[in-house]
Amino acid sequence: MKKLITVLMLATALGTPTLAFAKDTKLSIQMSNYWGPPAYLAVYLNKLDGSFDSTVWVAGGQSRYQRDLRSWFRAASSSNQRIDGITGASIGSGRTMQVDVNIADSLIDAGYTLHVDSAVQDGGLVRDDAVLKLTQANSGTVVAGRGYVGALSVSF
Amino acid sequence: MLRRLHSAPGLVAGLIVAFMAITGSVLSVQPVMDHFAVRSTTVAMNVAALANAVSTHLTGVERIVHAASGAVTAYYDGGKGVAAALIDPATGAVLGDYSPSPIFVFFTELHRSLFLGMNGRFASGMSALALAVLAVGGMLLLVKRLGGWRKIFVTVKGTISQRLHVELARIAIVGLLVSSLTGGYMSLTSFGVIASTSPVGQFPASVDGGTPALISSLSALQAVPLADLRELVFPYAGDPTDVFTLTTASGQGYVDQATGALLNFTPKSVGQSIYETLYMLHTGQGLWWFGALLGLAALCVPVLAVTGTSIWWLRRRNQIKVANNAGARHADTVILVGSEGNSTWGFAQVLHRALVNQGHQVHTGAMNDLATAYPAARHLLVLAATYGDGSAPTSANRFLSRMARFKPHPNLSFAVLGFGDRSFSHYCRFAQVSAAALAEKGMDQILPMATVDRQSPQAFAQWGQDLGGKLGNALALEHVPTFPPTISLSLASRTDFGMEVQAPTVVMRFTLPKREISHWWEHLAFGKTMSFQPGDLVGILPPGSPVPRFYSLASASGDGELEICVRKQTGGLCSEFLHNLQPGERIQAFVKANPDFRPRKGISPIVLIGAGTGIAPLVGFVRHNDRHRPLHLYFGGRDPASDFLYAPILGEAIADNRLAGLVTAFSRIVGGGYVQDRIREDGAAIRDLVSSGAQIMVCGGDKWPRALSKASIWRWPP
Repeated sequence: MKKLITVLMLATALGTPTLAFAKDTKLSIQMSNYWGPPAYLAVYLNKLDGSFDSTVWVAGGQSRYQRDLRSWFRAASSSNQRIDGITGASIGSGRTMQVDVNIADSLIDAGYTLHVDSAVQDGGLVRDDAVLKLTQANSGTVVAGRGYVGALSVSF
Repeated sequence: MLRRLHSAPGLVAGLIVAFMAITGSVLSVQPVMDHFAVRSTTVAMNVAALANAVSTHLTGVERIVHAASGAVTAYYDGGKGVAAALIDPATGAVLGDYSPSPIFVFFTELHRSLFLGMNGRFASGMSALALAVLAVGGMLLLVKRLGGWRKIFVTVKGTISQRLHVELARIAIVGLLVSSLTGGYMSLTSFGVIASTSPVGQFPASVDGGTPALISSLSALQAVPLADLRELVFPYAGDPTDVFTLTTASGQGYVDQATGALLNFTPKSVGQSIYETLYMLHTGQGLWWFGALLGLAALCVPVLAVTGTSIWWLRRRNQIKVANNAGARHADTVILVGSEGNSTWGFAQVLHRALVNQGHQVHTGAMNDLATAYPAARHLLVLAATYGDGSAPTSANRFLSRMARFKPHPNLSFAVLGFGDRSFSHYCRFAQVSAAALAEKGMDQILPMATVDRQSPQAFAQWGQDLGGKLGNALALEHVPTFPPTISLSLASRTDFGMEVQAPTVVMRFTLPKREISHWWEHLAFGKTMSFQPGDLVGILPPGSPVPRFYSLASASGDGELEICVRKQTGGLCSEFLHNLQPGERIQAFVKANPDFRPRKGISPIVLIGAGTGIAPLVGFVRHNDRHRPLHLYFGGRDPASDFLYAPILGEAIADNRLAGLVTAFSRIVGGGYVQDRIREDGAAIRDLVSSGAQIMVCGGDKWPRALSKASIWRWPP
């Protein structure tokens, strides 16, 4: 029991500083024009080695459809990260979404990449619809998506 | 109460419910089109073979979807984003590009969320709830109105709106209930209130990771026939740790792409099975004909919304407001009104006000609202008009049946005042019936039943005095009679008869106002301002008298003319006024329906018997006898040279078979006689006609039919 508390305290001590330095980051996604209902998106970070790190934002609240974002759902459900506070509405064709997200300072210029997966009912699932290297130089850079995402930009 | 539970949600949600119904019925076309577009296949392919075939035809296959309609679609990497192809279920060959119909995609989103995200989904769910409430409430209302579940399919009477509303609702009710309940369930699942998905089996923690085997060799996929397949998601290309995700009719699992083993299969939950069944019922996907029926039922909703609103509006417009109306349980005096055209309500209002001024707690309501008891009441005053042939007027048509449950307090005494028109037979018949029914309950009568003829203010005031005397109050009842709003009509032409035989009679034709109603919805909402058939009555207000005189109509409103036949009565205010009227001059008139004096439906023969001006409505029937129903007319006059009314028209009618037989009797010519004589002569023939279902219609003023029956012509020889 004592050991567990120590571990918890240690984790808190290590975790808190990175959170404290977290920057308010603006995430902006412009959807392309497509035929279909609003798209579900998962915005998440991968580590340098390509493995899943954490979820940044989820567009679309029903788990029934979140499941369609398969690789993200698979990784995220095993990470046990809660997504209640970082879930918003699905985004329709041609719409723009702008949200404030939390990305820890320490992740910038540390080899992390930001990924957007998209899925549309009766349409396709696009893994890595848009990808952006998380570097200071890329702040505000607009990258085009290859599927339902028209453009993605993040400004720190 | 029940009515309000039906009308309130209808008014609030009518528009959105109608909107959802229209979009829903558009969507119901999709499964029908899919059904006829998909080729049915007899070749049973297993999923492994199909997936293999598809992956040889297409690159980067992402998933294969087997729709309820039988259509198989493959999503693959089309170079620029995801592309979809339609697959032949029998061979796995590509049939062509697949793109969801933009129209149905648009309507699906409109139907479920109005393009308003979760707020729209909420509105959509609420409209499903509203439709369910309207359907159930409407059904209960109809059962109550018709008097029980067994009578639920009897024909209803009423305005076009009312009949349309009930007829359509009876046809559509089952479909609407299914649509609304399943829709409501789906809405609850999308808000997470009800679970609709099965728990997903954990993604396999460890997979073989070896070289992917040939898809056609994967045993878990071989075991699934195409018919059971819902969806097969392919592993990401080049990721040996990924697996196939297989969804079948019975559950979901994963397939190792190297070994073909089925991993972590989770059977479908009960919640999901229910959801899928209800989804199928709601959308018709997989049950196209049922969806089509629901779509047709939904098409009734806009009409129900419009007719329902117009019914509500009409009732509201006709509602009588009674000032200072006490609650039925607290009133010491209760006034019940049986009225057809609302004129009796005017008398009730005057009586109500006079009693309130004397310090009474008065409750006024329709006779149909008779309570089981009036605990505080001492006096029950019934003002009853009579409708048509002695039957109950609209606001009292359930009075006698409610009487069975009426348990009057021993101290409650009653008085009945009948309203009517002495020129009709069965004068105040319904008032007499009501008085007898109340007396049968053992109640005391405050004063014997009295009557008011043709809204006579004097008779009403007199009754007030008598009643006041008994109650110990001075009741001054001053009532100005009200009649339906009159329309000004101009005389188009007149034809005079009978001058030579001292029976001046004039056939008058008035022009009907042309543009009263120009839109169909005005018909629905207000009906025709002047709509009548031969045999109906026109009330004409002679100058200087508030009391109308009624004449039978010889024309229908569709003829564009209002035709009457008027005999000059010496000293008769109205008949002299009309006899002096010249073409172009105007009268003030309103129409009153006379539904008991109409030919029965069908084509059975009718014996028409008329004397003098009484022939007018009969000629109207003959004129409109386009179906050549056998009509036999007996007409009595004085001299064929002078008062043979309508002689040319009757001649034409015989020539073109609208009149089967004409027998005339003229009293002032040599060898003449009376109609009674002719009927007696034809007694055997008439009796045969009657026994074979013929109807007899007599018109000729009040005294004449009585003379007929006194002449014992109806007592056929045995």
